[in-house]
Amino acid sequence: MVLTGAGSGGFTGRLRDAVAEGGRGGGEPFFRRHFTATDAETRAALQALMLALDQAGVGGEDSSNAELILAEALNNVVEHAYADGAGPVELTVSLQRNGMACTISDRGRPMPSGVVPSPGLPVIDPPDDLPEGGFGWHIIRCLTSELAYQRDRDRNSLMMRLPWSDFD
Amino acid sequence: MAWEQANPGAKVDISTSRAGQALVITVNDNRVDAAVAIEFKEAVRCAAEEPGNPVILDLSQVTFLDSSGLGAVVAVMKLLGTSRPLELAGLTPPVAKVFRLTRMNTVFTIHPDASGSLQAAG
Repeated sequence: MVLTGAGSGGFTGRLRDAVAEGGRGGGEPFFRRHFTATDAETRAALQALMLALDQAGVGGEDSSNAELILAEALNNVVEHAYADGAGPVELTVSLQRNGMACTISDRGRPMPSGVVPSPGLPVIDPPDDLPEGGFGWHIIRCLTSELAYQRDRDRNSLMMRLPWSDFD
Repeated sequence: MAWEQANPGAKVDISTSRAGQALVITVNDNRVDAAVAIEFKEAVRCAAEEPGNPVILDLSQVTFLDSSGLGAVVAVMKLLGTSRPLELAGLTPPVAKVFRLTRMNTVFTIHPDASGSLQAAG
């Protein structure tokens, strides 16, 4: 099965140009979006990001991995940080030589332990043990090369680096 | 959180067909994510009330599934029980990756595509 509308992935052509563009002056990220942390707004933000990445020549595994880890991290913001009610979230993505640098900032509750959780994969032992959740951080940790969390006054910032799938 | 309030327009599009003894449930959406996970679980559960064994979930049109969507698929499998197994067909590469990363690919019988699973089931 082949994904339509996706590039070949890797660090080629238009992507190299986009990285060069993004690196100039170290200013604005490639993609920035402010929205209210809800499931529907998360979906809309990710679809906008996918469109922007596609137009920049970033496709295949690079964009699908980005969509997945950002969905997992943003779902956590909706579900945990803003458990008491939706609030603002900011998503930025920068295209850099060593991967996509993604940051998510919100003003919700801090991470419980003050650090990025690192739960193992939940126990899977059918038919009795079939987990329906608890996969999010595991997926994020599998796909990222760098993961950093900071609590600054009332703000959470999560930085995730997604390495390019291949160079050619 | 009240999902009905958070997602007033959340809709899930699925259809069903028979293939031999099997019931095939086809997902006609591209995304199974947190915005529709509850509705998806409910819709597939309802569709699975039709007769047929095994129940084959055709995901060939789904290009994005997050862990909420995965949880919904697992929940349906548990609801159906061991006597009526939920099998999967037509995983696109991004969806297959989620099953692989979470090792849930070891839990489900996964057919390459719906037509293959129809032959196997028929």
